[in-house]
Amino acid sequence: MSKVGTDLVKRGMAEMQKGGVIMDVVNAEQAKIAEEAGAVAVMALERVPSDIRAAGGVARMADPTVTEEVLNAVSIPVMAKARIGHIVEARVLEAMGVDYIDESEVLTPADDIYHINKRDFTVPFVCGCRDLGEATRRIGEGASMLRTKGEPGTGNIVEAVNHIRKVQSQIRHLQSLAEDEVMVFAKENGAPFETLMQIREEGRLPVVNFAAGGVATPSDAALMMQLGADGVFVGSGIFKSDNPEKFARAIVEATTHYDDYKLIGELSKGLGTAMTGIEMSTLTAADRMADRSE
Amino acid sequence: MTKIGVLGLQGAFREHIRSVEASGAEGIIVKRVEQLDELDGLIIPGGESTTMRRLIDKYNFLEPLREFGKQGKPIFGTCAGMILLASEIAGIDNVHLGLMDIKVERNAFGRQRESFETDLDIKGVAEGYNAVFIRAPYILEVGPEVDVLATHQDKIVLAQQGHLLACAFHPELTDDHRLTAHFVEMVEESRKSLAS
Repeated sequence: MSKVGTDLVKRGMAEMQKGGVIMDVVNAEQAKIAEEAGAVAVMALERVPSDIRAAGGVARMADPTVTEEVLNAVSIPVMAKARIGHIVEARVLEAMGVDYIDESEVLTPADDIYHINKRDFTVPFVCGCRDLGEATRRIGEGASMLRTKGEPGTGNIVEAVNHIRKVQSQIRHLQSLAEDEVMVFAKENGAPFETLMQIREEGRLPVVNFAAGGVATPSDAALMMQLGADGVFVGSGIFKSDNPEKFARAIVEATTHYDDYKLIGELSKGLGTAMTGIEMSTLTAADRMADRSE
Repeated sequence: MTKIGVLGLQGAFREHIRSVEASGAEGIIVKRVEQLDELDGLIIPGGESTTMRRLIDKYNFLEPLREFGKQGKPIFGTCAGMILLASEIAGIDNVHLGLMDIKVERNAFGRQRESFETDLDIKGVAEGYNAVFIRAPYILEVGPEVDVLATHQDKIVLAQQGHLLACAFHPELTDDHRLTAHFVEMVEESRKSLAS
């Protein structure tokens, strides 16, 4: 008997992406540049996060024409974003044959209380997290892959660093707890108990965890890998830079060889200007995409 | 101890190491060409074949990998690794390593939503083996020297040609190490015969 959409099949897909870079693209041409540069997947969007930020208003699922164009342009997996809690946008993406859905805070949430029950779907989901509580809640809802939220579209790595450090240090803390202390940790962090017990036993999350939200240079990508990310999403960083082809290749190599500093130095030469970047203190609470869900 | 490398440029290489070690050999993550010299066998893991090929080219792995196979040292290609081993890829003019006499088709079982797990009977190795297929390829044709070890819905998903082994699925994703153990045996035998 063959079974589709099992945990093994959905989580396994993310396992194959490890050590790789997933790039945001807005058309077929960018998707091809990304594939050629060695991206393990592309995220099809109508606008990259920094443009979503600049445009303001309600950000929704991309026009299916864009997603379809990207699906037809490349042979690597294609991901696409649905609004948090928007079951129908997610079903539309699944019906189109998208390989992974990002239930993403980069778009304006459709539901400010509940996330999608991702267990109902055959297609796997990736969701953002800032800490272990958020990570395990998403796993509980059926997410097959996680990523740090960071602060999308800012070109500033600081929030992504905070988030991966928080998750990693909470895992270490969890491992130091006696079994009878785990329930209080679960209560305090709003985290499902059984998932915590599994993480405590194995010393790691049961799904792949990528870095996202602010990666703007090859060194940023390598930093996130060193802090324990399984791979990297690059949103606005690549196609907002002066030389996207070169930039994309450099990020891919820095992710593979994240501890080869001489190589990263070479890769970083003459890349042109990275995206401008936004300092966190200049963002108002309403500008912070990472805080749109928990 | 038998040393088996896992090409660690991208993909699920750590899981393969775990499986190799559970099968009684030493597992080594290979990121540099020089490391190939110390190995008795090599696993080319699943991942994205386009990405892996780019990194193989970038770090000049292509010829050393071909040479490794031509020396008679065993290579096991899983999923993307099978595509890298094949001598022919449907719809694509250039091949990668071209070591194994098989014609493959990429993403032949469909996109992610068509990905599946199923129980396979593997000739001489295992019955009821839980195989996970992810955006998986399959083998369209095999040459005369190639032994078909498993099929699914009449499609060839596992084959062996002497010291080369290729499968369309992901043996590293489950705790069933029977197929990896079969490869470890292949490596142990080759080590003996190459030494004599």
